[in-house]
Amino acid sequence: MNEKVLMKGNEAIAEAAIAAGCRHFFGYPITPQTEVAAYMSKRMPKIDGVYLQAESEVASINMVLGAGAAGVRVMTSTSSPGVSLMAEGISYLAGSDVPCLIVNVQRGGPGLGGIQPSQADYHQATKSTAHGDFHILVFAPSTVQETVDLISTAFDLGDKYRMPAMVLSDGMLGQMMEPVVLPEPKEPDNDSKEWAASGHQNKRAHNVVNSLYINPQELESLVIARYERYAEIEENHQMAEEYLADDADIIIVAYGSSSRVSRSAIDAARKQGIKVGMIRPITLWPFPKKVISKHAEHAKAFLSVEMSMGQMVDDVRLVVNGRVPVEFYGRTGGVIPTPKEILGEIVRINGGVQ
Amino acid sequence: MTDLNVLFAGFGGQGILFAGKVMAYASMMEGKELSWLPSYGPEMRGGTASCSVCISDNTIGSPLVVNPDVLVAMNLPSLERFEKDVVPGGMIIVDSSIVKKDVSRTDVKVIRIDASKIAEDNGLKGAANMVILGRLFRETGFCSAENLDLGLQKSIPAKKINLLENNRKALSLGIES
Repeated sequence: MNEKVLMKGNEAIAEAAIAAGCRHFFGYPITPQTEVAAYMSKRMPKIDGVYLQAESEVASINMVLGAGAAGVRVMTSTSSPGVSLMAEGISYLAGSDVPCLIVNVQRGGPGLGGIQPSQADYHQATKSTAHGDFHILVFAPSTVQETVDLISTAFDLGDKYRMPAMVLSDGMLGQMMEPVVLPEPKEPDNDSKEWAASGHQNKRAHNVVNSLYINPQELESLVIARYERYAEIEENHQMAEEYLADDADIIIVAYGSSSRVSRSAIDAARKQGIKVGMIRPITLWPFPKKVISKHAEHAKAFLSVEMSMGQMVDDVRLVVNGRVPVEFYGRTGGVIPTPKEILGEIVRINGGVQ
Repeated sequence: MTDLNVLFAGFGGQGILFAGKVMAYASMMEGKELSWLPSYGPEMRGGTASCSVCISDNTIGSPLVVNPDVLVAMNLPSLERFEKDVVPGGMIIVDSSIVKKDVSRTDVKVIRIDASKIAEDNGLKGAANMVILGRLFRETGFCSAENLDLGLQKSIPAKKINLLENNRKALSLGIES
């Protein structure tokens, strides 16, 4: 096993991607994500990889599409406004069944917004990434170690289901340092994707990677086939951590940075004798419906805690489906909620719970 | 000791983030759970730089220190901004070479250390951060002396290894202050 080291979240993303056999990075600098690109620019040339700073996010994602279509493990990283610029390319990747990794180290929005941590891109990541019927895999780590672990999961599942995967981080997780054990490095695998447009050398049929289908029936059947894969993913790959949830009257649903603040609030509330726990989604798409639904059978109230004006709360309400009240607490614009604020919400809700 | 939440604050360039990093690395060598979170963005340029370090035997929740057990204030704006947030019974360590104003809190332990002057008098200009960290180590015992030294070694990049001895010396001056 590798030695435990202290690493910034952003640098750990880069090193974990390299360990997962990624040798192609295309990106454009933006705070608070820039350390990912900076780290890659130093490391990639030393390991026979490609680091390319494109002229924009639009160019970056199209380079990702090109490299991915050729069958190599490829990634980009950016922060919120950058993902908006990449939207068209992400839709093309999804429509061409090309896997890749997109990292979003979220900052406050909308517009140029700010540069402090945020979770206001939940809807963008899970629902409205771009035009057309499609999904991408979305992973939401809450520690630097989990970020590292999910990078390889994202690559592997993206490859398995031939679709883009996103790791949704934020400025806090990207900038902070925590102890981390990096995985054993894997060699790049550039040859196992039989569909890749990597040059047939007159040894096999011509592969075409494309998202343009003029015939509606043909396009419809492709989209339907893709949704059958999505159903399989929703069945098999929901991930969530349960924290003190089994006996809880109040269940907080929170992911990433806000789940850490919530955890502190839960520990404080438990000391006051309040039965509160947490479901922490690790995959945001597929959303961990099963575990939330299970706990909706015994919990008396849910509280979605987010660094946004309330986005994931919609999904929690869909799953809870009116069985018990689902409340929301959030801060936005780059403001991080405090454990005290969340504790206040827990106490308030507990006052109404019998 | 189970939990220790420390907020380091001062001007950009005083080595605020580095002091936090040495503490974080030393705590890792000690086998603790820890997190290190810097302020980032424009506020670091000339304004107040700060960093939160959390150490615990258990999983770290919020890595942002809102109510520090220990506040290290290396300039006046930092003291004025964060003094009120220190937990009752906590500690405020001030670089008294730079901060002339008294700490107004009476429910915390106040340590005024002439860190910048001590560093400068010993030919260690710029190492006031390590003098203060040395004192913080003595006051809290957040790790063993061996792990503090290991933490320092791990925090200095290979290219700057020539600075190791000066930082060691500054740490010792703080411990003995």
